[in-house]
Amino acid sequence: MLPADRSGYFGAYGGRFIPETLSLALAELETAYDEARVDPAFQARLEDLLRNYVGRRTPLYFAERLTVHTGGARIYLKREDLNHTGAHKINNAIGQALLAKRLGKARIIAETGAGQHGVATATACALLGLPCRVFMGEVDVARQRPNVQRMELLGASVIPVDSGTRTLKDAINAALRQWVSDVRDTHYLVGSVVGPDPFPRMVRDLQSVIGRETRAQCLEALGRLPDLVVACVGGGSNAIGMFHPLLDDPIALVGVEAAGHGIETARHAATLTRGRPGVLHGARTILLQDEDGQIQEAHSISAGLDYPGVGPEHAHLRDMGRVRYESITDAEALAAFRLLARLEGIVPALESAHAVAFALQAASALPPDRVVVVNLSGRGDKDLDHVIALGAEARS
Amino acid sequence: MSMRAMFEATRGRGEIALIPYVTAGYPSIEASLDLVDRAAEAGADAVEIGLPFSDPVADGPTIQFASHQALERGFRTRVFLDAITARRPASPLILMTYLNPLLALGPSACAKLAAAGFRALVVPDLPEEEAASIGGEAEPAGIDLVLLAAPTSSPERLRRIGAASRGFVYVVGVVGTTGARREADPALPGILDRVRPTTALPLVAGFGLSEPPHIRAIASHADGAIVGSRLVEAIRHGEDFSALIRSFKQATRRP
Repeated sequence: MLPADRSGYFGAYGGRFIPETLSLALAELETAYDEARVDPAFQARLEDLLRNYVGRRTPLYFAERLTVHTGGARIYLKREDLNHTGAHKINNAIGQALLAKRLGKARIIAETGAGQHGVATATACALLGLPCRVFMGEVDVARQRPNVQRMELLGASVIPVDSGTRTLKDAINAALRQWVSDVRDTHYLVGSVVGPDPFPRMVRDLQSVIGRETRAQCLEALGRLPDLVVACVGGGSNAIGMFHPLLDDPIALVGVEAAGHGIETARHAATLTRGRPGVLHGARTILLQDEDGQIQEAHSISAGLDYPGVGPEHAHLRDMGRVRYESITDAEALAAFRLLARLEGIVPALESAHAVAFALQAASALPPDRVVVVNLSGRGDKDLDHVIALGAEARS
Repeated sequence: MSMRAMFEATRGRGEIALIPYVTAGYPSIEASLDLVDRAAEAGADAVEIGLPFSDPVADGPTIQFASHQALERGFRTRVFLDAITARRPASPLILMTYLNPLLALGPSACAKLAAAGFRALVVPDLPEEEAASIGGEAEPAGIDLVLLAAPTSSPERLRRIGAASRGFVYVVGVVGTTGARREADPALPGILDRVRPTTALPLVAGFGLSEPPHIRAIASHADGAIVGSRLVEAIRHGEDFSALIRSFKQATRRP
């Protein structure tokens, strides 16, 4: 059942479609990662940092008021928002920064959409003493201002990207180009389960701590596994981290993409619902593209889901029918954002609010003896300005 | 003319091949095809035509700009292929395209390109280990799938690239993206000399060659040179394109 990934493919998806200049760096990275993942010293160092620096393990919290409000299945939240830096992204950033040290790389580059991965990377680099540059689309720089300031405070340089869509897609392009030039001494710390092999499986492994903890916590607290597990999907790292350790269990898994203004419009980021196979950012996957293979602009209220591709393993899990992919509109996500704040005192990231919104719909249709787990992948402080501005717009 | 015949002819004249690059659809489809003809008249031995792509990760700012402009002006692959098929430029034609626009042409992509007059195909995001399926389609269509070698390629990879490439080996001259550079990389002759024993095919250098002395510096190490971003800049700023081609061509004489 588990996708075989020795060759860097997940079924028909994945691979290593990159300029030849990067081939050496990817081969080195693959070797170093395959050694590190079975090296007890490396794993002990990673576990120590995850526990004592990141603050793992994160709680699995029973959202009682949300459950009563919904009137259906019991809703639990996996509190990745309580990680240091406020999102799941740090799990991967710490792991790859340690790996970069092991590889002897002197510098780090990264892309960021919402800024959560940029902040996590800047943090890991501050911790390990690595110089860091973060590429970020100009649109995202404007709508995620607090994260830009945090990255700069942490010592990173934020490089605004003014090409193409000026969002996450073009931040990745800019980071890839920089990597082609600096490949000899620089590690590209990719933030999601996208990109050429070995990134999708390496980032998945580093994020799988989410699903392993959730599984153990359900057994401890409930004496059983959940019935449904929900996570939002942009590139898909929090979702794959949650899903991967649960693939062999009898649990329904749902990935939630951003429907933006609606999947019937041109303004959405529902790649797996509306996309077709193609090759972008080093991997064969499902993409939003026109008939000429030009990549289309994605839209979502959340900068972290605003991506016209998706991790190749998600494409494979969809084809196998193991994970179902649904979508939630901007308006539905905003309503869930506000509801969670009012009922539970938790302000979720707009990305995570998509998963909450779908879970509310699903839970309301299930009986009270069922258990739904939502991966609350990040906190929403970064989104406050944006959401407040939207509220003012709606009232005016 | 086949790629092989073109390289034989230039070698016979004691020169290396000059291969200018133009972006299809920049400044317009017809104007870009005019440039193909003008390049040939001014002495180009073949022409590389780049298909615009929304996400050109191997390209620097100049070719990104030209691609973006072409797409903004409504470039469509089918319209371009119809136009070039109708005009049939006399030069041997090489298509530079990222993989996704090529895949979007469908299962008969290579046959369509051959019908449009292309003799070779360069795909910068298609490394050797992923090349077999496209290569299997190109060969029966009479198209050479050209693989790229880089300064960072290991000796073992260079051997595999040299064996699997067709038509010529495209030797990437810099650790970086495309783009005009004031100085040629002094390491380039050495890179060409490392690739030479791995293959019987001609070697064509590209990336960063932007002045006639850059060409002269490799004329005894390579069999051809691609000049791209410098020409796109010339088109953008209204410089004399033909005069520039002639100045590059004069630098292709083997010492």
